[in-house]
Amino acid sequence: MSAMEPRQSNQREAILGAIRHGLRRGALPADQAAMLRGRMIAHPRQIIPARTALDHAGLIALFTENAIREFCTVARIATRADLPGAVADYARAQNLPMRAVVAPHPALQAIDWAHAMLEMRFGRAEPSDLISIQEGFAGIAETGTLLLSSGATTPTTLNLLPDTAIVALDVARLVGPYEDAFDALRAAGAMPRNVMLVTGPSRSADIERTLELGAHGPRRLHIVLIGDDAAAATG
Amino acid sequence: MQNTSPAFSENVATALHDPGLQRALGRAKKPFAQVRANAVAKLPEFEALRDTAKAIKDHSLANLDFYLEHYAAVVEAQGGVVHWARTAADARAQILAICQAAGAKTVTKGKSMISEEIALNDYLAEHGVVPIETDLGEYILQLRDEAPSHIIGPAFHLNREDWEASFRKAHTHLDPDRVFAEKRDIQAEARAVLREKFLAADVGITGANFLIAETGSSVIVTNEGNGDLTQTMPRVHIVLASIEKVVPTIEDTLSLLRVLARSATGQEFSVYTTFSTGPARATDLDGPSEYHVVLLDNGRSNMIGGEFQDMLRCIRCSACMNHCPVYLSVGGHAYGSMYSGPMGSVLTPAIFGLDQGHLLPNASTFCGKCETVCPVKIPLTGLMRHWREREFERHLTPTPMRYGLGLWAFMARRPALYRRATRLGAWGLGILGRKSGRFRWLPLAGGWTRDRDMPAPEGETFFARLARQERGA
Repeated sequence: MSAMEPRQSNQREAILGAIRHGLRRGALPADQAAMLRGRMIAHPRQIIPARTALDHAGLIALFTENAIREFCTVARIATRADLPGAVADYARAQNLPMRAVVAPHPALQAIDWAHAMLEMRFGRAEPSDLISIQEGFAGIAETGTLLLSSGATTPTTLNLLPDTAIVALDVARLVGPYEDAFDALRAAGAMPRNVMLVTGPSRSADIERTLELGAHGPRRLHIVLIGDDAAAATG
Repeated sequence: MQNTSPAFSENVATALHDPGLQRALGRAKKPFAQVRANAVAKLPEFEALRDTAKAIKDHSLANLDFYLEHYAAVVEAQGGVVHWARTAADARAQILAICQAAGAKTVTKGKSMISEEIALNDYLAEHGVVPIETDLGEYILQLRDEAPSHIIGPAFHLNREDWEASFRKAHTHLDPDRVFAEKRDIQAEARAVLREKFLAADVGITGANFLIAETGSSVIVTNEGNGDLTQTMPRVHIVLASIEKVVPTIEDTLSLLRVLARSATGQEFSVYTTFSTGPARATDLDGPSEYHVVLLDNGRSNMIGGEFQDMLRCIRCSACMNHCPVYLSVGGHAYGSMYSGPMGSVLTPAIFGLDQGHLLPNASTFCGKCETVCPVKIPLTGLMRHWREREFERHLTPTPMRYGLGLWAFMARRPALYRRATRLGAWGLGILGRKSGRFRWLPLAGGWTRDRDMPAPEGETFFARLARQERGA
């Protein structure tokens, strides 16, 4: 790219120059630039929909209702030890193979999957994988949306390649508005490479405006909420 | 795509007599408005959010140079590369150079209107790189060598039989006697064919709905997941975005997202809203190892500070066209530009020049519905009027219309003459049309009366009646 650099810097200056010409000023004065930097650091919230002002039981109910409306299925289990059983029940009910690719997340690796006759592989998804199990970062009750973030233990391909995506989510990770989920993400460290807000399984209405599920991503999205309301209240 | 906006009048005639298109438009007309209205009704804060969305975009545009520089610096600090492109030709050359450096044979593409704007596909193909559209609608348009007719539902003008015929013609490796019993069978075939392409591609190109200065992220919004596969599977990800897409923070983006899907498809939220931030990290198990952003200007910086700056707030939701009586009668192709409907009528002359797009701002009854549904409150009719004024100033208006407008202006500036002439006209037409109450034909108005009758005046002008009634009162 080094050969392009002089031309690149010309183009950059030309674009910025044209914008400043239009705004009838030069580069932003230092005090104003500092103010804008301050706004980014404070990243103020704007209007938060009142529908998200709920107690934790209310958030679980709203999340579940919205996720189901967006064609997800939602299961509730009390503890992580129940996850293999819940996955096996789901796979049997959908007539799916008892095999899945699982996020190499500590909370999922600690589970005894073989107990439920499930054959598991930990890692990123490959095109031949039919079922994936991902660890959710947050659930957003506002619209029944999952926040899935990429990382060493939560590869993005799990969200995309398999026909059936299963997401495990602790109920303590349910929040009201999107903003709360991003605050949690900021608290967890630097912005991950990939952050997906997922609301239901993949779909398209491109053919005669008829909604059909399973366009390019998963045809089914199954969410397993882990923990009871009491666990949520202390979590 | 080839811009055919100068042929707007001919295009309209073709569109009105295209039964397939009229069937597709008939199917869309009611749901377009209905789904948005339903979504808006479910969110009491929606109207207030429109003001917030407008304020965020106005703030971003008033400081666009600052936020672009900040955004670019953050992207590069995270290992991404930012390419600044003044023109369409610059952007095409930069993208080709990245593809060639990657040794790319095929490139998968997420839906991007900017890519249409710079006619990227033809250029890549001419230089030995095969572009593959992966949005279902864009994919079939590529097979048919057609332009999109809608900014978010690019193939909504097609009917089921068009899909079947195109797939049979293109997918020759499949059984020619296969049956498409349901629409989902068509979709399943596209999914299987395109899955192979996602896995084989060397480079993935997506657009961006938003660029976030705070985090250096690009944001795409899809329902299919094609954009995500495009930016996750290949080794190189190129984001192609225009300069006005940058906003300050994640929170600003979330406010805009709250109005985007509701205004567009009537969904509360699209299925996939994805924030991409730089190339794969050292510990990531997947994701592209190169992350490029091509920032396209192509005439937009010249709109800053001028009468068309408001148009740069546009978040490409399509609500304006979905509610436009003109668009819903003729569809998107008639506009001859990838940007159609009211937003296209303002944007096309700004990007491609008034000589190319001057007819489009006339394709409006100024009913104003577009403005009432625009999530960022762009004064679309006012902007179209600005273009009409410029069209007149630059003598691009057709001669008969110029003479007509000149005559009208002469009369309108002379109220006494105007009233006398209209009184005479109303009286004369009133007598001539007394019998049937309508005219099947009128001199100099043949174009108007060809498709409908002109109601006959009752013999009195508005001014005369008003004066009479005021005297009476």
